[in-house]
Amino acid sequence: MMDLDPDDIFRDEDDDLGNEFYEKEATKELAVYLVDASPKMFSSTSPNEDGKDETHFDVALSCISQSLKTQIINRSYDEVAICFFNTREKKNLQDLNGVYLFNVADRDYLDRPTARLIKEFDLIEESFTKEIGSKYGIVSGSRENSLYNALWVAQALLRKGSVKTACKRMLLFTNEDDPFGSFKGASKIDMIRTTLQRAKDARDLGISIELLPLGRPEEEFNVSLFYADLIGLEGDELAQFIPSAGEKLEDMKDQLRKRMFKKRIVRKINFLIANGLSIELNTYALIRPTVPGAITWLDSVTNRALKAERSFFCADTGALLQESTKRIQIYKNETIKLSVDELSEIKRISTGNLRLLGFKPLSCLKDYHNLRPSTFLFPSDEDIIGSTRLFIAVHRSMLRLKRFGVAFYGSSSRPQLVALVAQEEIIIAGGQVEPPGMHMIYLPYSDDIRDIEELHSDSNGTAPCATDEQIKNAAALMKRIDLKDFSVCQFANPALQRHYAVLQALALEEDEIPDINDETVPDEEGMSRPGVVKSLEEFKLSVYGENYQEENGPGKAVDASKKRKAAAELAAKESAIHDWGELADNGKLKDLTVAQLKCYLTAHNLPVAGKKEALISRILTHMGK
Amino acid sequence: MARNKEALLLLIDVGPSMHNVLPEIERVCSTLIEKKLIYSKYDEVGVILFGTQDTKNELTKEVGGYEHVMVLRNIGVVDGNVLEVLQPLPRGTFPGDFLDAIIVGMDMLIKKYGPTNMGKKRLCLITNAQCPTKDPYEGTKEDQVTIIADQMTAQAMKMESIVVRGRIGAEANEKIMDENDRLLNIFSKRTRAKLVHVESPISLLGALKTRNINPVTIFRGDLEVSPKMKIKIWVYKKTTEEKIPTLKKYSDRAPPTDKFATHEVKVDYQYKRVEDPNKFVPPEQRIKGYRYGPQVVPISSAEWDAVKFKPEKSVKLLGFTDAENIMRHYYMKDVNIFIPEPGNTRAILAVSALARAMKEANKVAIVRCVWRQGQGSVVVGVLTPNISGRENIPDSFYFNVLPFAEDVREFQFPSFSNFPDSWLPTEQQQEAADNFVRMFDLAPPGKEEALPPDLTPNPVLERFYRCLEVKWNNPDAAVPPLDETLRKITESDPELLSHNESVLDEFRRAFELKENPKLKGSSRQLLREKPSGSNGGEDCAMIHVQSANRDTNEATSSIKIEKVGDITPIQDFEAMISRRDGPNWVDKAITEMKNKIFYLVEDSYDGDNYPKAAECLVAIRKACILEQEPKQFNDFLRHLCKFCKEKNLRSFNEFLAAKELTLISKSEAPDSSEVTEDEARSFVVKSEPMLE
Repeated sequence: MMDLDPDDIFRDEDDDLGNEFYEKEATKELAVYLVDASPKMFSSTSPNEDGKDETHFDVALSCISQSLKTQIINRSYDEVAICFFNTREKKNLQDLNGVYLFNVADRDYLDRPTARLIKEFDLIEESFTKEIGSKYGIVSGSRENSLYNALWVAQALLRKGSVKTACKRMLLFTNEDDPFGSFKGASKIDMIRTTLQRAKDARDLGISIELLPLGRPEEEFNVSLFYADLIGLEGDELAQFIPSAGEKLEDMKDQLRKRMFKKRIVRKINFLIANGLSIELNTYALIRPTVPGAITWLDSVTNRALKAERSFFCADTGALLQESTKRIQIYKNETIKLSVDELSEIKRISTGNLRLLGFKPLSCLKDYHNLRPSTFLFPSDEDIIGSTRLFIAVHRSMLRLKRFGVAFYGSSSRPQLVALVAQEEIIIAGGQVEPPGMHMIYLPYSDDIRDIEELHSDSNGTAPCATDEQIKNAAALMKRIDLKDFSVCQFANPALQRHYAVLQALALEEDEIPDINDETVPDEEGMSRPGVVKSLEEFKLSVYGENYQEENGPGKAVDASKKRKAAAELAAKESAIHDWGELADNGKLKDLTVAQLKCYLTAHNLPVAGKKEALISRILTHMGK
Repeated sequence: MARNKEALLLLIDVGPSMHNVLPEIERVCSTLIEKKLIYSKYDEVGVILFGTQDTKNELTKEVGGYEHVMVLRNIGVVDGNVLEVLQPLPRGTFPGDFLDAIIVGMDMLIKKYGPTNMGKKRLCLITNAQCPTKDPYEGTKEDQVTIIADQMTAQAMKMESIVVRGRIGAEANEKIMDENDRLLNIFSKRTRAKLVHVESPISLLGALKTRNINPVTIFRGDLEVSPKMKIKIWVYKKTTEEKIPTLKKYSDRAPPTDKFATHEVKVDYQYKRVEDPNKFVPPEQRIKGYRYGPQVVPISSAEWDAVKFKPEKSVKLLGFTDAENIMRHYYMKDVNIFIPEPGNTRAILAVSALARAMKEANKVAIVRCVWRQGQGSVVVGVLTPNISGRENIPDSFYFNVLPFAEDVREFQFPSFSNFPDSWLPTEQQQEAADNFVRMFDLAPPGKEEALPPDLTPNPVLERFYRCLEVKWNNPDAAVPPLDETLRKITESDPELLSHNESVLDEFRRAFELKENPKLKGSSRQLLREKPSGSNGGEDCAMIHVQSANRDTNEATSSIKIEKVGDITPIQDFEAMISRRDGPNWVDKAITEMKNKIFYLVEDSYDGDNYPKAAECLVAIRKACILEQEPKQFNDFLRHLCKFCKEKNLRSFNEFLAAKELTLISKSEAPDSSEVTEDEARSFVVKSEPMLE
């Protein structure tokens, strides 16, 4: 079905043409969450933020829950299955022991997330022990192997869809780094071999297996014991694998959540450095505005989706047309014709590469040199070996010398100058907060910058400038209202939260729409602390002086409303001259002037816009004739 | 008179020392006129030249003096005629006196408009200000300029001065230049005048605002520091992307006799039931559905209005934080500016005090904004101080939108320090990189910063408007090539490169790059877009080629050649073209090779890749004869030559001519080539005039 939203269609055509700037989600993602539900997952506890004890199992659930909520907003076409292993009960198509697939009504095991899934998954903790139960499923002496079974079930689910169009993943949450630890001798080797073979088969089918290990500082998850082989880590990759064991449980949760995202490459580009030296980069969209999804038109009777059809007509003859490839612009009274190809030819002023032009000190990058969200660049050695090494060297030099690169990015939609700002890796509490790489910042052209400052420059003399005393007061105030741990993306978007809260409630046919908390409102309580109030008063006194009245706030409005009132009175007087009823009855209203007609309208507080006929008909309507 | 009609007088110095920059001045003034012809057709424009041989102005008739100032075009509604008088500008023979020109210009504006058209009268002076101005009859030059400036203020005229200096300025007497600079500065202090110095042709093209937009505020009201402390501010856009105008769709249905045909296309939408495509659903029976996962939730507009998020119009301060907490790459959109309410001294002082305190302590402010009543969302952003450098401009803030939690994708990337040693630079390599970054400097101390955004024009816009002009003269004309000066924005500066040749060579030598041998499929092809200047012929189809048999070959391909590499392109190519395990290898090999040749030619430095490119051409030529694909080669060669010509790589064409590489003629491929022997032989030699 085609989703056509007229608002969408009326967007600038050029925006749609090859707009590689906004990420295209070409492939969909199929993911199976494999959650270890063994007793060990319940026994390891740590206090969480609120001081309550939380188990590793809770951590895994909370990560999945969060990710489901993000997914339904951002990538609702992706499909997901939730699979517990080491369970007492079993529920799966293969009827294998120790594996339980969680699901809700009207949904396949591997399917798009629904409002109900999210809701019931949030409540699973209460029913888990009763309905699913925890039981370690790998017992020496028996041939049972719940891990093997879980991999098998997940692989069977992921048979859906082609590897070409879908990215298939298993995400495995566990805190047991040595699942066959209790085994000895040949049986241990055998168990390990069959399990690894199972995993390898899955990987050979194009399914990636990702491990999300839960550890504790005193008991690090040792990936090389068993899991390195299972997920197929080799050599260097093993060294790069970070066993996540945050100091705090919150940090670990944070890291796990980040690792659940599949990194999506927007484009691969060539970065031409100089004289034929060129390296390979991948670009990523780390920051892009999330907007409520597109609307779909429905038939209000059946609530079924409608199909929108667009047709083109010739404005002169009314003939039905095919979509035209010619565009016109009136120029010097002539109609200039340009083909779509010619238009893209005009925009093609460079190849799609990124071409380095030189470096500048960071101080040259001003705060107003911005147009769009930045794009992240990370090197790749996939095609050109040595790219990463060269990138790292230049990256380090740029950081050391406090310079940014200026380059020309020849994209087809808008070729433009960009600033390349090197970003050092930032790690806080064991978790990566800023990845290492470069951010590509889209620079404006002189055509895009406006001289607002000059617009209101004082033509005679000088503009007032704060005294040292006033600046000191401002500085004191600043210290009082300091957001110490402010982090850029700490606020949820209240409009978006509200939007989805409404949708969720309606989708689940709930009566009440839950209130969302707007985190973006100022901290009134903090602002009313005596210290803050005092420094505010001092600052106010120093810049506004003693006799400051809340000037013109209401002032202007009062003026305007006075004017309006006076005008209405005048109009009432004017309009009283005529006998409107009689004029209307004799059809003589048309003999009056527009100004006279407007007097009546103003006197009766009606709109005065429109042509004479409109005014007359408005008067007639008002008089009930 | 249209309300927003502007009267603009161009004052252009055409004296001998200006001759080398006149082409750029012609170009930028033309773009300005071309934009006016579309966006502000009722604006009025006049052109005054100074430094000319002749003298033609009213003042010289009335009071004498004012020699070598020539009114090229009187003030009048903009039309195509202005473009004609600007191109080319006559070259003058006398040193120009810019003060004379300013006075003549003011006189014209006063005579034409008197006190009307307040604030819409603009003088635009382009000069190098290197020639002495005449001494006034009485008083000093400074006094004279002060009087002129005050008169300008009284008449509500604006002035913009673009002073050409530095590399592109001519040798001149410094004393005179200093005096002239001082005089011009008086204007910007005493009246609404802007002064820009430019040192490169690109900046000259960017210095003149070619489109005059009347800015409108997006918010006027209080910046609430707290409920008890408010500052009156106005918010404007500081940057906003200027785009090519949206063109209308063209319909050719109107009969040619219809003089009033609009040729426009109307679009109509009809909504039908999926299950019954013949049934239209009228608008009142439609309801909006919002997606939530696989579900679509129907909500009427009225219902939605009742439940949606409705914040109050306001701009509120949340607090201050260290500037380093807000990294540059978090800025989300184009930029706004918060200025204190004009004329409101208290607001100006409050903003100034905060801005300066923030600057000193390196702090920024976080604010929450709802610009309009009824806006369905809030914006959280950062205010950074913008301390004014000029006495008559108050301090202000820049405002950048910050992302919400939902807008950030927290992908994790490996730490560089975790990479194997073979991926990390050695000390020597690091040093080479340091030197490279240090020397490849676009803002060397004491010189004009190269390519500053504020002075770098958009080459696409310039090309678009020139294209309209070209098409107006000849509807069948091709899209004009990119302006030579503007092309420099897209490529590295050859002067800078040659200056630092040794550093560059060392940097190049320090890093070895090689193609990954275990390459899969055609990923490499994705890297290339169509080269600029191509007309989209089929030889550019290289991007679209798919390696259709990738999967079937996967098992065995590790030893078979799938790509034309950098190291042994000819051998790779020959291996690939002779593969017979799939039908597409010939095409794929040829396409790969074409790519490679383009790459070699384009990335050539001083022709160092030409021999290799020529060898590749020989190989592909031979193969195309054998495989009976002469058209592929001939089209490619034609395209390549054209490409080289457009990209200023003519030297490669000459190189080819010397190597006697020709098209494949009928005699070589009797069944498939349509090129005669003569044509083939003369192709490269003749290519220059042929492609004109």
